[in-house]
Amino acid sequence: MTALLEAQGIGIAGRLSPTELAVEAGQMVAVIGPNGGGKTSLLRALARTEDALGSVTIDGRAVDETAEAERRRLLSFLPASREATWPVAVADFLAFGLGSPDASRIDALIDMLKLAPLADRPIDRLSTGERARAMLGRAIAGQPRLLLLDEPLSNLDPYWALRTVEIIRTEIAQNRSAALVSVHDLDIARRFDRVVLVSGGTVVADGAPEMVLDSREFGEAFRVTKGARGWAISSPADPRSWR
Amino acid sequence: MRIALALLLLAGIAALHLLIPYGSLEAARAIDPGLATTLLVELRLPRTLLALGYGVTLGICGAALQALFANPLASPDITGSSSGAAMGAVFASYWLGISSPLGMALAGALGAGLALVVLLALAGRRTDKVALLLAGLAVSLAAGATTSLALALAPSPFAFYDAFDWLMGSFTDRSLGQAAAGLIPAALACAFLLHRARALDLMALGDDVLASFGHKPRRLGIEIVALSAIAVGACVSVCGAIGFVGLIAPVIARRLTSGHPGRALMPAGLIGGGLVIGADMLVRTIPLDRAIPVGVVTTLIGTPIFIAVLMSMRGRMAS
Repeated sequence: MTALLEAQGIGIAGRLSPTELAVEAGQMVAVIGPNGGGKTSLLRALARTEDALGSVTIDGRAVDETAEAERRRLLSFLPASREATWPVAVADFLAFGLGSPDASRIDALIDMLKLAPLADRPIDRLSTGERARAMLGRAIAGQPRLLLLDEPLSNLDPYWALRTVEIIRTEIAQNRSAALVSVHDLDIARRFDRVVLVSGGTVVADGAPEMVLDSREFGEAFRVTKGARGWAISSPADPRSWR
Repeated sequence: MRIALALLLLAGIAALHLLIPYGSLEAARAIDPGLATTLLVELRLPRTLLALGYGVTLGICGAALQALFANPLASPDITGSSSGAAMGAVFASYWLGISSPLGMALAGALGAGLALVVLLALAGRRTDKVALLLAGLAVSLAAGATTSLALALAPSPFAFYDAFDWLMGSFTDRSLGQAAAGLIPAALACAFLLHRARALDLMALGDDVLASFGHKPRRLGIEIVALSAIAVGACVSVCGAIGFVGLIAPVIARRLTSGHPGRALMPAGLIGGGLVIGADMLVRTIPLDRAIPVGVVTTLIGTPIFIAVLMSMRGRMAS
């Protein structure tokens, strides 16, 4: 059986060295790692941005060979930026995520993300957290096979951070799809099926959350350890790690 | 439906532009029906077509450049491509001795393209608004100064006087051939730009998302810049620079398309056409024995609107 996502030699020059990755349908994968470690690059390479190397196959289709209509069915990408230039109404912004108009899907998203009071407001006038929700809605609107979400939980309050994880879980169960989600909150990472740890431009650990989060690689990458009173900065074993 | 209504309205304004003042047409027909036709087709038709076409071009190019730069201040004049086109046309006519309408149009497009390439190199795409504004200002000033220098040192001592007539924007005494040389390249380039309207809407999500949809943002950017340069360059080389229409028309158009930058291309074109043809009618009805350049009128009307846009942007950035 082949996996839903198969990536060969994907990378971004200077940021992420060539990487292999396979993800099964139904899997919810957390991408963690220190700042600048390559989380965003991994997601961008999978999303096939212009500087992406390697090749990605989703659902047996080589992504680079597909045009917009099919690409929308295969994947969708939510960048980490929450900036919005144009005063597009929230409902219209959600519609950017759909290849063809679908009023019932927009209504469902507005309900799911509790955007009803904001639906007619221009997106550039929302608070950062509200904008984060609307942008997540745009990314999941098209119900693709693979969701690539770069820090969808930052700027969200604790309720919406947990609720967003639930929403992603429901979406991928309904669509038999998969999601790669970069997160900074290590407790939330435990709610995922699998954790990929990216550091120094390579994947240094990949497996079940408890395995990765308690691994030696994890301690080395983050330079923090979990003690009795929560996370603490670990003392450097190797002075070179203090860059 | 709304577009059809707007088209009808624009066609009406164009017909008025063509027929007013009607008295002189009547008088000409009284002398000789052929004379009236000549007056209409040889003198007035090029003027109407150029005013309409140039305005539509400015609106569409302005909307496309604003969508590309993700910036409501981008436009053919603020990005320096109008000044660049004027520079190209002045060099071609006063230094290289080119006088064919098509050669002039080509020179204008090359000048506009050069200005946009320098702008991209200075400011980069998707840069912050202030950097774009300053880089565009620098390009405009440099192109303007070069144009003045080229005129001052031109072999013909009358270059300044000649050039004033069209550098400030004028539609008087253009032939059908000149109209064709300016408008055919502009129309083709605008058609290609309109074809990219949907991709420009998606560009609102950022280049990475656009790429994830299977588009090529970098190539799209170069295409938009090149097509705008061709369209504006061809028009400027025939009619001179007309300020602010390319800035304001898209701003008004986006109010009608609820902020969608790509969907605003067509409405921006229609609004631009209406603005320029209206300004030209105003210029023509002012009872003076000399011609006022139409570019002066659009700039006079446009400046307060530009300031209003700047003020509203400042309010938004503060909130």
